[in-house]
Amino acid sequence: MTSFDCIIVGSGHGGAQAAHALRQYGFVGSIALIGSEPDLPYDRPSLSKDYLAGEKTFDRLQLRPGAYWDQQRITLLPGRRVTGVSAAQRQLTCGDGRNFGFEALIWAAGGTPRPLSCTGHDHPAVHYLRDKADCDRLLAALPACRHVAIIGGGFIGLEAAAVLRGMEKHVTVIEAQDRVLARVSGVEVSRFYEAEHRARGVEILLGGGLGSIRGDDAAELHLSDGRVLSADLVIVGIGLVPATEVLQQAGAETRQGILVDQRCQSSLPGIYCIGDCAVLRDGPGIRIESVQNANDQAGIAARAICGQAVPNAATPWFWSNQYDLKLQTMGLNLGHDATVLRGDPGKRSFSLLYLRQGSVIAADCINATRDYVQSRQLIEAGRLIPQAILADTSIPLKAMAETAGDLAFQHNNGGGSR
Amino acid sequence: MIQGFWLKTRDGSVHQVAGREGIPLMEIIRDAGFHELAAVCGGCLSCATCHVYVDGSTCGIGKPGCDEEALLDCSDVRQSNSRLSCQIPFTSALAGLSVTIAPDE
Repeated sequence: MTSFDCIIVGSGHGGAQAAHALRQYGFVGSIALIGSEPDLPYDRPSLSKDYLAGEKTFDRLQLRPGAYWDQQRITLLPGRRVTGVSAAQRQLTCGDGRNFGFEALIWAAGGTPRPLSCTGHDHPAVHYLRDKADCDRLLAALPACRHVAIIGGGFIGLEAAAVLRGMEKHVTVIEAQDRVLARVSGVEVSRFYEAEHRARGVEILLGGGLGSIRGDDAAELHLSDGRVLSADLVIVGIGLVPATEVLQQAGAETRQGILVDQRCQSSLPGIYCIGDCAVLRDGPGIRIESVQNANDQAGIAARAICGQAVPNAATPWFWSNQYDLKLQTMGLNLGHDATVLRGDPGKRSFSLLYLRQGSVIAADCINATRDYVQSRQLIEAGRLIPQAILADTSIPLKAMAETAGDLAFQHNNGGGSR
Repeated sequence: MIQGFWLKTRDGSVHQVAGREGIPLMEIIRDAGFHELAAVCGGCLSCATCHVYVDGSTCGIGKPGCDEEALLDCSDVRQSNSRLSCQIPFTSALAGLSVTIAPDE
């Protein structure tokens, strides 16, 4: 049996960055990076944006040049799925039956797209959009189709809708909730994106879950409210099933994901978990599915393995590009009790600030990078700032973070230059 | 001879890097095997982890856009010649440019 000092499972952003960070923090032992895909680690978020649109070739998505892995003595073991882990014996088993030993394990396996469960879920027109193979299969099917139905009005679905409208496909988005982005954003953001997509010809059907898919060639979609539509191709973007099963069977504690401590260590000694499938034990209690989180947690796990002090979890950030709209999110809006609209959605540049007990905890910024950048300080400062001031676009968020008291005076006296 | 630019890494050493027409400096630096730029967001103007300083004598390089300005503004190591390297596509006009990787924040 081949053994490595550290094995990383998952070659996405988290896994690739963990390998890099281990070397950066002085880890001299052997490292293996096991990935289920055949490719070198690549930038996954681009799949539903630039890659799908044909604006970036795959070689430009590679996170590191091909020679990097050899130079850093990182053994790539692509095309392998890990099917079992023994924490006691410190070894894992792959789908091909091979076993590998480890001293430390970083589980960065992410997850798989949540599958449809309705009748006809396995219709040949059904596609998912998680990895390169998904995207290539979709790209191969697209030239022959006119009407694309997208199940799920989340980020993946809306990003795909934007790209497909650019290809002049007829696009219908089917969202079971009463608004798009319902799981992640406030109402104003949802309504704005619905209007933008509709203005560009996307049909958005809200409040209608998918009942079944029928038909032989084209897919006939029957919605739960009785509506029926036909599509040449169906793209499903209804969330992620985290890759928790293998570690759960190995005895790791899970709650929506694999529970980890501040050092990204699971409940199993020597086994760390990062990225999309991890849940911070003393954190917000949700998985944070973002490049930033994968990247930061990779650094934390690497430092912990190298015996170094780990930094506190950073303020999460996220982005989504659709058409000429750049949505950038700072913080987590979980548990907010109020929102403040800053700027005018009609001008296609605004922010929605999320508050909890008077403090800003998150911001969705649309074509408003300055607010996005500056909201970090505001969120981290945790100051109580009157809503009227937060909404005042003549006062930069940075200034609010620095001098809340003075601004109240300035605002009340008609300060600012509006 | 391939036209390129000069790259000063954080240890102070200077390297010649071959340019690739139309490709952002961030990607060229990464693909040339220099790993000091984290470039977390992959070049979509949502972080500032590909921060570089460019030499002041270069005229072909343009000015930072408004979003880039906003991101640079929040950097503690901002200088007047700061740029995000993902926002500078290499062109022959930039041959001979000197680029310094900004300190890690």
